[in-house]
Amino acid sequence: MFAYYLQLGLRSLRRNPMLTALMVMAIGFGVAASMTTYSVFRATSRNPIPQKSDVLYMAQVDNWGPENTEKGEPPNALSYIDAMALMRAKKASRQTAIYPIGPSVIPEDAGRLPMRQGAYAVGADFFTMFDAPFIQGGPWTSEDDDKHASTIVIDRKLNEKLFNGGQSVGKQVNLDGRLFRVTGVIDEWNPQPRFFDVVNTGGFDDAPGVYIPYNRAIDLQLATNGNNNCSSDPGEGWDNYIRSECIWNAFWVELPTKAAAADYKRFLQGYASEQQRAGRFRWAPNVRLRGVMEWLDVQHVVPPESQISLAVAFGFLIICLVNTIGLLLAKFMRRAPEIGVRRALGASRRTIYAQFLIEAGTVGLAGGLLGLILTGIGVLGVGLVFPKDIARLATLDPSLVLLTLVVAIAASLIAAFYPTWRAAQVQPAWQLKSN
Amino acid sequence: MLKMSHLAKVYRTEVVETYALRDFNINVKEGEFVAVTGPSGSGKTTFLTIAGLLETFTGGEYHLDGVEVSKLDDNARSRIRNEKIGFIFQAFNLIPDLNVFDNVEVPLRYRGMKAAERKQRIMDALERVGLASRAKHYPAELSGGQQQRVAIARALAGSPRLLLADEPTGNLDTQMARGVMELLEEIHREGATIVMVTHDPELAARAQRNVHVIDGQVVDLAEDPRFHAASHLADTAS
Repeated sequence: MFAYYLQLGLRSLRRNPMLTALMVMAIGFGVAASMTTYSVFRATSRNPIPQKSDVLYMAQVDNWGPENTEKGEPPNALSYIDAMALMRAKKASRQTAIYPIGPSVIPEDAGRLPMRQGAYAVGADFFTMFDAPFIQGGPWTSEDDDKHASTIVIDRKLNEKLFNGGQSVGKQVNLDGRLFRVTGVIDEWNPQPRFFDVVNTGGFDDAPGVYIPYNRAIDLQLATNGNNNCSSDPGEGWDNYIRSECIWNAFWVELPTKAAAADYKRFLQGYASEQQRAGRFRWAPNVRLRGVMEWLDVQHVVPPESQISLAVAFGFLIICLVNTIGLLLAKFMRRAPEIGVRRALGASRRTIYAQFLIEAGTVGLAGGLLGLILTGIGVLGVGLVFPKDIARLATLDPSLVLLTLVVAIAASLIAAFYPTWRAAQVQPAWQLKSN
Repeated sequence: MLKMSHLAKVYRTEVVETYALRDFNINVKEGEFVAVTGPSGSGKTTFLTIAGLLETFTGGEYHLDGVEVSKLDDNARSRIRNEKIGFIFQAFNLIPDLNVFDNVEVPLRYRGMKAAERKQRIMDALERVGLASRAKHYPAELSGGQQQRVAIARALAGSPRLLLADEPTGNLDTQMARGVMELLEEIHREGATIVMVTHDPELAARAQRNVHVIDGQVVDLAEDPRFHAASHLADTAS
């Protein structure tokens, strides 16, 4: 019977092309507006590391005090003092301090110009913690960290530029005139949002191509390439800088269980208490330990304009649906005599319900196809409204194509619920008598 | 085949109750051709819609082919309508968007019949009413008589046990009406049970039996005082 109802539905759509076009446009525009904005929202609000997001935590320690913070929220980065103290304590199963640097890579070939490269100074655990996908070699070791070794991990793109994509483990890379030994090459890897460095990137930036040991970067006095905030003047020179309360480090830990996370939180509080007793903090311990999604939420990675436009677009879809309800009602009730005849010839209410729902579904499918085209155009135009880094994440991928069609059909079925119910309630006797 | 005992149909509003049928009794045997006559508003069509399970009733009993129908749900009533009853309406009630073939096919679709059998039955029914050559025509392309023949073919295609006809010639000219009536008589001769509501005494006379309905009740014309009063006045006048 499905094929029969489908055939009747298509025939009915052809019968009133104007009415059909209005319904298809209502569904199509409503769905396209909501799907276009949803594509942006989805890109900005997705979990960047779903397989591990429940065991990774960002640590915060308030080294500024209530005078320099807002609403009791600790600073969103750590000072070098705190980052190193936490690293040395090694209380988590894995941990890494992180800060962005901006070195130049100098190719061996003297004829080629140095390349400015997005880079991070990180601990050896960084790669395992965040599932960085190695295609050659692997991370440097904890011993390398301790020895302040000149090791480096590069990404596929840089490996292609420097070594024509060949085997490069053990080879040297020249960063600002200093040589680093390659321990591994990772595939193109750019988690979106970049949860481990939201503060400097807003969550979205080009993929970094270089990672060097944190301790080595400090030795080389490589200043942060990201935000650096100081509550007081650190004084002149590198040593004064790293001993200051300036904040510029992220600190991430991997804690496999909730109990381990609770223990680590207690450890952070104990550490802050210690600092208070030592006279460094003149305020009660104020620490945070936040999971990936909570951290992204606190840092407002989803742009407010994305949330507002999503709400507006879904409001528009609802208005379109209300219009569709009216149009479907008019269309279906105009066919009350036909419904009466069908009921007389053996159609039950359920049968009439099925027939008209399928007809509404065909409207939804047509609306979905129009919506797909409009969503495609909308996604191309996202860059006019949102920043470039965010706009390029909004894509019409297979899942969005499927979702657009499903939403369109579901929306039209929801819109058809009342008109179809009314159609099924048509009293055949009255219709046939009135004829 | 069709038996109604003390049947009542009441339309209720907040202030008034209107009896469309009251203490309505009728017994139609298998193979009979019964004409139901009566003035406008007497309840003939209400009787027919209740007989065809298109409307529920308020009191009494109705047995159709041995089944008491008052307790049946919508699905069961629809199935009985589809399998046992054929309808012929005054206004033909063909679906304008469907061609002749597809119109006749409608009840067979609801029966879940296979395509080959459907086609066979449709063509047989159209042959019988003499419209096989018009299978691809749309209702608007046919005369009133032809449309009514299509409606009869639609009613016959499912081989119903009972044909209910509501003023089947009411919208036709004399010649077309005669043709339709001859077709109904032929169908009856082949064994069908037919209940026909009509205003037309000439048509009613061609049925095997006449049932007269006045004010929602079946009346015996020989004993009804209202009829006697009317005929007495007529005699006096003549």
